[in-house]
Amino acid sequence: MVAADLMAARQQMALSLGWHIVIACLGVGFPALILIAERRANTTGDPLLLALARRWSKALAVLFAVGAVSGTILSFELGVLWPGMMSRFGDVIGLPFAIEGFAFFIEAIFIGIYLYGWDRLAPKTHWWTGVPIVISGTASALFVVAANAWMNQPTGFRVDASGNVVDIDPVAAMFNRALWPEATHMILAAFIVSGFLVASVHANALRKDRTSRHHRAAFTIAFSVAALAVPAQLIVGDWAARFLFHYQPTKFAALEGVETTGDHQPLHIGGLFIDGRVRYGLPIPDGLSLLAGHSTSTVVAGLDQVPADRTPPVAIVRLAFQVMVATGFGLLALGVWFGWCQWRRQALPRSAWFLRLAMLTGPAAVVALEAGWIVTEVGRQPWIVYGVLRVKDAVTDAAGIRVGYWLLLGVYSALTVVTVVVLRRIARSPVDQAVAVVPVP
Amino acid sequence: MTLAEVVLVLAWIGVTAYAVLAGADFGAGFWDLTAGGAAQGRSMRHLAEHAIAPVWEANHVWLIYVFVVLWTGFPRPFAAMASTLYIPLTGVAIGVILRGAAFAFRKSIADGEVDLKLERAFGATFAASSVVTPFFLGTVAGAVASGRVPLGNARGDAVRSWVNPTSILGGTLAVATCSFVAAVFLCVEAEREEPALTESLRRKAIGAGLVCGMVASIGVAVLKADSPQLFHGLTHRGLPLVIVSGLSGLAALVLLRRRQFRPARLSGALAVVAIVWGWAAGQYPDILIGSVTIQDGAGARATLMAVTVAVIAGAVVLVPSLLILFRLAQRGTLGGATNRPVSGTGGACM
Repeated sequence: MVAADLMAARQQMALSLGWHIVIACLGVGFPALILIAERRANTTGDPLLLALARRWSKALAVLFAVGAVSGTILSFELGVLWPGMMSRFGDVIGLPFAIEGFAFFIEAIFIGIYLYGWDRLAPKTHWWTGVPIVISGTASALFVVAANAWMNQPTGFRVDASGNVVDIDPVAAMFNRALWPEATHMILAAFIVSGFLVASVHANALRKDRTSRHHRAAFTIAFSVAALAVPAQLIVGDWAARFLFHYQPTKFAALEGVETTGDHQPLHIGGLFIDGRVRYGLPIPDGLSLLAGHSTSTVVAGLDQVPADRTPPVAIVRLAFQVMVATGFGLLALGVWFGWCQWRRQALPRSAWFLRLAMLTGPAAVVALEAGWIVTEVGRQPWIVYGVLRVKDAVTDAAGIRVGYWLLLGVYSALTVVTVVVLRRIARSPVDQAVAVVPVP
Repeated sequence: MTLAEVVLVLAWIGVTAYAVLAGADFGAGFWDLTAGGAAQGRSMRHLAEHAIAPVWEANHVWLIYVFVVLWTGFPRPFAAMASTLYIPLTGVAIGVILRGAAFAFRKSIADGEVDLKLERAFGATFAASSVVTPFFLGTVAGAVASGRVPLGNARGDAVRSWVNPTSILGGTLAVATCSFVAAVFLCVEAEREEPALTESLRRKAIGAGLVCGMVASIGVAVLKADSPQLFHGLTHRGLPLVIVSGLSGLAALVLLRRRQFRPARLSGALAVVAIVWGWAAGQYPDILIGSVTIQDGAGARATLMAVTVAVIAGAVVLVPSLLILFRLAQRGTLGGATNRPVSGTGGACM
């Protein structure tokens, strides 16, 4: 394996996963927004809300189709790019993938029923056909993340003296200890990304026409869901970080940029990790020790605990972590502003700045999502299976992976452009047309 | 039957479903591609699109299911296959992306303002990838069947493993079979929806069926020369299934001649099912011909057990859900002949 091919294989996986993760988030969170709108339409009898739910479900149809294909590709790539992992550990970690397959199948079936059922099922029945979509979508996320969590905390097997993988327990592998912090963090992220992305689209429309009831209702539903999930995410994020402190100390040291082991570790806000230390950051004395172990005397293991060839690229991991956390706090602030105005006068903040910023929340949430993904994936380097198998030993021996990567890069770029074009067409189609097809109750 | 064989049978059920359902689906793309200019082919394209909408999304799931069960149950043979055959598999991957996305996009824009250029671009992408994807899948089958995939990380020849007589046969047969199955399926649809198209589809179905028969006959000679082990298997253990497949194919042609489209559809599907299982029987007991048996290629026993339980439990949830979908569709509660969904969301539907 040429080094350039290893890099190409990693890039291809990063591209496919980084692309799919956004669409997959929408597959988990967007159906919930649609169900909220439909539920409110059913209880209030407001045709406007019903029209909104139908419009959203059109966009969901496109997103789900695109997500289905980008997910299919991932199942190819696991084998094509990482045969060294799949041949040794396929039977350790395959089970959650198999269960995820069924969850996805059920999601697909009910999306079919839901989308085709608009004019053909009683409103209440129709709403209920949407519930399995949300449940199975969330379950899909849970099981896929179980596989990733296992790569961080591999259990359910033993490597014997001659290097064979023995004593395999697929259920123990699936319920590894990283599962719950990682899966909870991911599922909340899905709701945050979905809420803010959808809210962004409607914030943009509201900037042009503040009086539109359609866009205001849409924005309020989507933004509320995301804004409620953000504070929960901060708590879960803290849990996930302290989990790393206990069980993946190298990743923890990388994301906080801790070079030297010791107690009374400061927390650096901002700054960059250059030549073994954080520069230009704002240090908070004892901050990291306090956060990690709730005591200033907590000893935090530094990068000096492991040989240099077992540490991830610290600068990237730390930067990604900082970006994720900073974005999270920014979104929290905006959510508080929104929540305050909703509470005081059941309306959106009057300032034009609110909508300008709200428009950016979708892209910002995606940035935070990708940054978090970088933290967990790059932070695990050089391992593909933490402490057990290195990425370079898992990659395919086939030559010319670069060619496939460039081809897929082209395909994904085209797919991105076209998805956006098609979604914009749906967003731009006049609202009246959508209202017109709604049978007035 | 050993536990490993049970898991392989579960995977093979997925392969069968994929071959019949995705076969019809890909083939519809083939007829879309050959339907002629925009105006001339419009009704044909509309019919193909209408016929695909209810099933196409499920087909990705079959493929994912097969992959996942294979890598969980047979990790080493799976990794060997995926790494050696990365070129055709990357081709399949790109085909799947282009095809699925283009189909959904074309549906989603169909009810907005007419944009012929965009529609045509999506349509062409959809149709072309519908032909390329099964061809690559056929070459993959040919590579395994001719014993060109050795165990290990990318140990087989990256090119010759899938560019060889058996693979070319596999690819050609896949495209021909998809076109045949699709045309037969479309005959039934046309009879109900677009009677004017029935006659031309009937001729296409018969033509495609004859091509299938021809390719299969040539295939006998190809396999004898290029894949002796599979040839031996097909003419011994797999022979009954090969005969059933051939007879079903013939019966489908006769039924098509007599314009009995529904029985013809059943017969055509049976021909595909029989040959898929005939291939399996012909390879038995090897999972990768010439390099590893089902038993030796299987993963840990605990995992085989867990996967079997998971698949059965999954089926318990899945089958009722599918039945709901089919019942609603049959009752006309969902979709229906002339009644296209007003919301126009059809693309991603089952």
